[in-house]
Amino acid sequence: MNARAALALLALLCGGTLAQSASEPGFGGLVGAEAPGFALPKPGTPLVFPKDHGAHPDFRIEWWYLTANLKGADGEEYGVQWTLFRYALEPNAARIGWDDRNIWMGHAAATSMASHRFAQKIARGGVGQAGVEAAPFRAFIDDWAFETRDEAPGAGLKRLHIRARGANFSYALDLDADGPLALQGENGFSRKSDEGQASYYYSQPFFRVEGALSLDGRETKVSGRAWMDREWSSQPLGPDQKGWDWFSLHLASGEKLMLYRMRAAKGPLFLFGNWIAPDGSSAPLGRNDISIEPLETTPAAAGREPPTRWRLKVESRGFDVKTRPLNPRSWMGTDTPYWEGPIRIDGSHEGEGYLEMTGY
Amino acid sequence: MTRQTLLWTLLALLSHWRRHKANLATVILGLGIATALWSGVQALNAQARRSYDDAAAIFSGENASMLVASRGGLFPQELFVKLRRAGANVSPALEGSIRIDDHQLRLVGVEPLTLPRSAPMAHMRERENIADFFSGPGRAFVAPETLRRLGLAPGARPLTERGRQLPPLAALEEAPPGAIVVDIGVAQRLLGREGKLSRLVVADDAPIDPARLAQITGDALRLVGPQEDNELARLTGSFHLNLTAFGFLAFLVGFFIVHAAFGLAFEQRLPLLRTLRALGVSARALIVAMLIELVFFTLIAGGAGVFGGYLMARALLPNMAASLEGLYGAHIPESLALDASWLLSGLVMASAGALLAAGSGLSKTLRLPVLSVARPIAWREAHHRYLRRQGIFASLALLGAGAAFFLGESLAASFAVIAGALIGAALLLPLALAGALTLGERLSRRPLARWFFADGRQELPGLSLALMALLMALAANIGVGGMVEGFRLTFTGWLDERLAAEIYYEATSPADAREIEDWARAQTDIAAVLPVWRARTRLDGWPVEVIGMTPHETYTAHFPLIEATPDVWRALFEEDAVLISEQLARRLGLALGAALDIPTSGENFRAHIVGIFPDYGNPRGQLRIAHQRLAAKFADASGVHYSLRVAPEATARVMEEMQRRFGAKIARILDQAEIKKLSTDIFERTFAVTAALNTLTLIVSGIALFASLLTLADMRRARVAPVWALGATRSRLATLELARVMMFAAGAALLALPLGLFMSWRLVAGVNVAAFGWRLPFHMFPAQWGEVFIIALGAAFLAALLPTARLARAAPSELLKVFSNER
Repeated sequence: MNARAALALLALLCGGTLAQSASEPGFGGLVGAEAPGFALPKPGTPLVFPKDHGAHPDFRIEWWYLTANLKGADGEEYGVQWTLFRYALEPNAARIGWDDRNIWMGHAAATSMASHRFAQKIARGGVGQAGVEAAPFRAFIDDWAFETRDEAPGAGLKRLHIRARGANFSYALDLDADGPLALQGENGFSRKSDEGQASYYYSQPFFRVEGALSLDGRETKVSGRAWMDREWSSQPLGPDQKGWDWFSLHLASGEKLMLYRMRAAKGPLFLFGNWIAPDGSSAPLGRNDISIEPLETTPAAAGREPPTRWRLKVESRGFDVKTRPLNPRSWMGTDTPYWEGPIRIDGSHEGEGYLEMTGY
Repeated sequence: MTRQTLLWTLLALLSHWRRHKANLATVILGLGIATALWSGVQALNAQARRSYDDAAAIFSGENASMLVASRGGLFPQELFVKLRRAGANVSPALEGSIRIDDHQLRLVGVEPLTLPRSAPMAHMRERENIADFFSGPGRAFVAPETLRRLGLAPGARPLTERGRQLPPLAALEEAPPGAIVVDIGVAQRLLGREGKLSRLVVADDAPIDPARLAQITGDALRLVGPQEDNELARLTGSFHLNLTAFGFLAFLVGFFIVHAAFGLAFEQRLPLLRTLRALGVSARALIVAMLIELVFFTLIAGGAGVFGGYLMARALLPNMAASLEGLYGAHIPESLALDASWLLSGLVMASAGALLAAGSGLSKTLRLPVLSVARPIAWREAHHRYLRRQGIFASLALLGAGAAFFLGESLAASFAVIAGALIGAALLLPLALAGALTLGERLSRRPLARWFFADGRQELPGLSLALMALLMALAANIGVGGMVEGFRLTFTGWLDERLAAEIYYEATSPADAREIEDWARAQTDIAAVLPVWRARTRLDGWPVEVIGMTPHETYTAHFPLIEATPDVWRALFEEDAVLISEQLARRLGLALGAALDIPTSGENFRAHIVGIFPDYGNPRGQLRIAHQRLAAKFADASGVHYSLRVAPEATARVMEEMQRRFGAKIARILDQAEIKKLSTDIFERTFAVTAALNTLTLIVSGIALFASLLTLADMRRARVAPVWALGATRSRLATLELARVMMFAAGAALLALPLGLFMSWRLVAGVNVAAFGWRLPFHMFPAQWGEVFIIALGAAFLAALLPTARLARAAPSELLKVFSNER
């Protein structure tokens, strides 16, 4: 789940007003506002591949998102994030040249216990500076790319390469999928509020990763696991929704778990999750089955205090763990700031994953 | 030195000014005027420079560099994408010009998302919803000043001369004056340059090294530094240097006044200084008191001068803005911005001037022997020493001028020659006048006549500085006036030849142009249809226009050439040949027969030079090639510019018919007379500022003369009284005084003539060539000399009128007082 990119873009596009609106409840309403002329997700619509790997110009927002938990040849643990985000200013945004009304934004980060480096890129669509092609799969913005290593038809997202660079970091990783795609929610239709906000949402949580990472001038070979998310919508947030806490976890058992918590300015939390078996079959988790509670906060930039230790429970699965971050200062100081970094879990289950928190 | 001593010393010193109000007025006036003229010119220059910087800084902060097409012109957008995909942080831009009604404006297309944060325009990200900039109808940002000038309200959507509609206008402070800032895509559409860019802005925190650039884009793009890129600043540099030179001349004249006034004040205060010293005031205390006095003057007169300079600049700004726009397409806001830098520069100049002017007095005060007897006008007794010193300095200045003359042909050297000659001649003036007076004394027999000349020598040092100022002002008037008149003459004649066709028009698009051309060729009224397509290129980094020519007597019989091969026209139309403008020839050091590689939209076009033509007033270089070659070599040639040969009596009818028939398909149509008027207007306005400065300088020197005479009048009484006592009537004496002053002025005017001619020659043959790249024929205007002579005498007469009238009406008792007290 990655709608914060939408907020970041809005921040950028609306200029100075953004900083204010971000601190006020209801800024989610901007993204979730009525979207006349844009398509809306409908339950029961089957996802079609490879078409759905590509862009959906009928929808307002969309993202391609990857997080990886890595182990370096130097024995250190690392985390890597790569996001490409599309935002349409008008319906039917895909046009020729500068008339195109899509804005693309990339975020990338590399994290170790001691360091967290990030970068942001923004581009207009239509001229070839940024974009996504469904098959052969290719997502790019400037020199950052997330693309197939296998040009054969039907290769889908099985063998990919991803790279990005920013100040004091860069990475180039090869990804190989060990399992199938996992459809989130109801066969890819994912509700985001009781008011009907929803998105299309699928994941590929089974990537094996090999590659090289350079952080603060130190280069190392890395390997590990990665999780890819794909989501598109026109109104992913409810008007009152203020931010969220999102977890993607690789369990030692080979199972995968996605959990999230939407915080509203007033009113109850909206909880949701998905338990993904090693064969890719996923089981939605109801809100009464889940508990997501913060334990401890870490001061970040500008007086913000995001929680960096959590207690997560899924009663039906006997899942009860505490999370701890690899680097509690995994703050993304991008146009719209948020926290995103690798975590470990201990308790009833062992594992690793990623945590994203917005709206703090 | 106690504070009390200092205070009393200061008060004693200041009491002098209370008793000598004319002297005080001279100091204040001189310093004020000098500062005003200097800071006024500085304000004009600062205003213009700032707007060039603004114009250049749309894209970038102070130090950003740019990528432009190696061969000039536009380059495909794919290069931008290629660089971005290789990780280079560059932002695309496209510039061009559009016309809205009668206003020529610079259109700037930017891409706000990639624009470096240091770019002033990037601030719109904070203030405006930038999505509005490139979505929906978009936005066209203009400076509020420009919006006012266009007479349009925010939200208006005017049409360009191509009939394309602008996005709604919006006022934005950061927008450079005279420019419209739109999205890159909008700019491409408005200019008809889809997929093309004129430059890439390189983010200053992520520089590109040339090796990497070559790896990505081959040799298509070239990296230019921030300084190199400011084309306007480069084109207008000489214009401003000229202005500065005149500002400095004006300052110099003002400085002479102050120097004279301080000299007189020092002399008049000698007895007071001695008394103070005798009373035990140390030399140091005296100096400190005098310095405080000086600071006081500087603040009052300098402050007033800076304010006066501001008023002057404000009055001259519209003319300067118009001429800069006409000549260079530079847009200068017409409301003058107050700027601490020129305010400060004015005050610094004022204090430096005051200190320098008072320097000799101060140093003499330090060396003042305490016990020597009070001897008024003591330093005038050192008359010979004074003349010798003048002579030495004059020789030095003239030697300097000579050295500069042989040193080089740069603009600075040319100005140095003129400055040296002016100062040298000014210093020589008292010597020449003293010589003339000595000669007069020797030649005359009658005692009164002999006294007339002898006393003139006594009066000379007191007046010499004012006379020197007058000389410089007169010479500058003759020099600059001659240059301007000469230019006017040449320019008008040249325009007549150059504008041989009767009608000039510009079609809205090449398709419209073809339609109009087809129609025109079928008309019996129209004798010839001459395409004058143009393209742009760059030679040696200099912007150059390429214009096509058709074989027709319009050119072969009329087009003015400075130098040409015998079969110039045949060669031009049949071979790979080119005519180049005088400016270009000088700048690139090219001569007839030389080969020139001209960057085109494809391969370079190698042509040999068959003619050099004058191109007065054009800051850009110009090339003329055969129309066929232009059309073939330059894919981006305008294709819309034409001129028509029509029988003069049919001109109006044809123009009306064309406007009726083609309406908006014609972007602009002008007849010969209108074009000539436009050109001469630009010319007139260009020299309006120079002429104004010249007149001001002349007025200042007149004031200097007046002030000196007024100050001298009291002392003169001591000299005149004995002659009166010996029987000469007061009116006789007054007439003699008047005659003497007029004689001095006539002497200055006589010396000013050769000096002015020399200056005019150096302006035409040195400064103009170095500054603008063209050499005008040297003309002389005797009527103008007569005028200047009369001005000189008139000024002297007016200046001397009041002091001599006072002498004529002085009560005998006043004159008798001379004998009753110490005087």
